[in-house]
Amino acid sequence: MSSIENKDGANLKAELIADFQTSQAVLNGKSALPVHQLRSEAMKSFDKLGFPTIRHEEWKYSNVSNLVKQTFDFHTKTDFNQTDLEKIPLPHLTGNVLYFINGVYNAELSQIATPESKLQVLPFSVALAQQPELIEGYFGKYANYETDAFTALNTALSNDGVVVKVADNKVVEEPIILRFIADARTANVGSQPRNLIVVGQNSQVKIAEAYRTVGDEAAFVNTVTEIIVGESAMVDYYKVQNESDKSYHIGTTQVYQKGRSYFYAATATLNGGFVRNNLNVVLDGEHIESHLYGLYVPNGKQHVDNHTLVDHQKPNCESNELYKGILMDKSTGVFNGKIFVREDAQKTNAYQNCRNVVTSDEATMNTKPQLEIWADDVKCSHGTTTGQLNDEAIFYMQSRGIPKKEAIRLQLLAFAQDVVTQIKIDSIREYIEELILEKLEAAR
Amino acid sequence: MLTISNLHARIEEKEILRGINLEIKPGEVHAIMGPNGSGKSTLASVLAGREDYEVTEGSVTFNGKDLLDLAPEKRAAEGIFLAFQYPVEIPGVTTINFLKTALNEIRKYNGQEPLDAAQFLKRMKEKAKLVKIDDALLKRSLNEGFSGGEKKRNEIFQMAMLEPTLGLLDETDSGLDIDALRIVAEGVNQLRDEKRSFVVVTHYQRLLDYIVPDFVHVLYKGRIVKSGTKELALELEEKGYDWIKNEVDALEVA
Ligand SMILES: Nc1ncnc2c1ncn2[C@@H]1O[C@H](COP(=O)(O)OP(=O)(O)OP(=O)(O)O)[C@@H](O)[C@H]1O
Ligand SMILES: [Mg+2]
Repeated sequence: MSSIENKDGANLKAELIADFQTSQAVLNGKSALPVHQLRSEAMKSFDKLGFPTIRHEEWKYSNVSNLVKQTFDFHTKTDFNQTDLEKIPLPHLTGNVLYFINGVYNAELSQIATPESKLQVLPFSVALAQQPELIEGYFGKYANYETDAFTALNTALSNDGVVVKVADNKVVEEPIILRFIADARTANVGSQPRNLIVVGQNSQVKIAEAYRTVGDEAAFVNTVTEIIVGESAMVDYYKVQNESDKSYHIGTTQVYQKGRSYFYAATATLNGGFVRNNLNVVLDGEHIESHLYGLYVPNGKQHVDNHTLVDHQKPNCESNELYKGILMDKSTGVFNGKIFVREDAQKTNAYQNCRNVVTSDEATMNTKPQLEIWADDVKCSHGTTTGQLNDEAIFYMQSRGIPKKEAIRLQLLAFAQDVVTQIKIDSIREYIEELILEKLEAAR
Repeated sequence: MLTISNLHARIEEKEILRGINLEIKPGEVHAIMGPNGSGKSTLASVLAGREDYEVTEGSVTFNGKDLLDLAPEKRAAEGIFLAFQYPVEIPGVTTINFLKTALNEIRKYNGQEPLDAAQFLKRMKEKAKLVKIDDALLKRSLNEGFSGGEKKRNEIFQMAMLEPTLGLLDETDSGLDIDALRIVAEGVNQLRDEKRSFVVVTHYQRLLDYIVPDFVHVLYKGRIVKSGTKELALELEEKGYDWIKNEVDALEVA
């Protein structure tokens, strides 16, 4: 694999390997624990894989060479506090709200609303140090660190994030909102959040991950979330990205669904210089439903890459995917959607659709649906479209008295609606709508 | 109210309007007929402000203003309404929201307060009755999945809501069965008054039985080649366009 390793990344890679050695040194005899064994394995894997180049099939359109040329401080001390929080939108979210500043849990800013009998929430760092048995059965068992360099890196080096456990047969009314703030006010900062979400059978929960940058320096966020959806459980998962133009976000969400479970995902990428989201869902049981929605609205020179993998392993399941993009200025977008239907997975219904509107001649969108079907009794469909604004519709609206700008806005908002309405946490959905509006307005 | 003089317009190097002259006074109804491709929709589109067409010569004044100088939305606010030959589907925008935005934009332009929700709803109910359009239809995305007839009825409904002073109806009758035709025509007739004028583009005399025009014009090859009163429409119904075409073509050759 060395031919597709990024040599530019020698510095960052060396820095990270050194980091790992330091972290090993302070383990105080715990290195023999299975969790730490696994982290060592992951580091070896990263060392072997290295950062990918565009010669790597999965990274063809997403070039990380600018990222890996830079260095980032993964241990920046930050004093981000309530006063700073008040300066950014949505400082008073309700529910279970956990703050991570540069990847590290901040207890002062956070609040837990749901009783422990329903919901167990604890920082990953605490689980790792004090109760490794809590995460042992799951950590690194789903997200693949053997083939994905960034997942390997995160598995080896992540120092914080959240562990969420929902007991069986519980409806968690209050959403769980995880806010990751990269404080890049003084230096290039790096963080590697790691989340583990285990939802018991027949339970329901809504989880949101929200990413934001403050400050003008560069930020590198390499995040991995593993979600295990128990039998007949129902999970809503939202990922909201509103990061700076100088940020690099690489994230993997690995979902494992058991029989009769429901999983609804919505990924909204509102801002971010370089974004790569991997959303992988394994349907390992019958009568499962998975719904994957995505929306991205890059402008300037932003780059947003969504890779999804829906892996149908058992019969009688349904998956449904809708990704939508509005690409402005010189932005670039990538959608790569894989659907696997394994030999056993008869009577699978799998649908995928990716629709894009490009508002400028200089914006580009690359789409690649990849269906691999080994079963014979299945219904699968996929489609991608990339078009311009509908001039006929705009003239029609104008002819009724609606100014052109407003007509364009209405059209694009309407276009985004069927993804935005999937987000069932009102405060977050309304905020997203506002951000889209702002961005569309700025673009004209 | 509207004066068109020597209007020339083209699209992609192709000259379509080749010197149109027309004067419309308040309260008048003008019918425009003519063979396919003669430029009827083009004329309506140019008046409404579609950017695809380039006006190369001539002028249009509307209530003293240079119409060609105004953006389409300003023309609408000034009182021009085009009922499209092919109404556009707009997914994700309901007719109600669309019209509320449109109406209030027009009111804003004319220095009026926006209608509040209750006033708007009242007006909507009233006008929906006028064209017998179903409430449920108005809650759906604009024209999306509407039948041909429903789309046409929706155009007239929108016109009733926006109360323009000049309505341009481009083949609003085509695709309508006789009942729908009567409903649409009645809707138009109820809007007729001494200040409001209409240009009715049609291929069929039957619409003009309901909406009785003051003048009938024949458009051919981008010019008005014949004008008359409602009897002209009857004559065209009977004889077709060939005799007019022959007259004009003979002149052109000469
Ligand atoms: N976008 C376009 N590009 C090229 N030619 C066009 C375009 N739009 C219209 N034309 C041409 O202009 C001419 C006039 O078209 P127009 O639609 O105005 O005719 P019409 O009188 O409304 O016809 P109909 O009775 O069929 O509706 C036709 O020859 C048509 O092909
Ligand atoms: Mg026409």
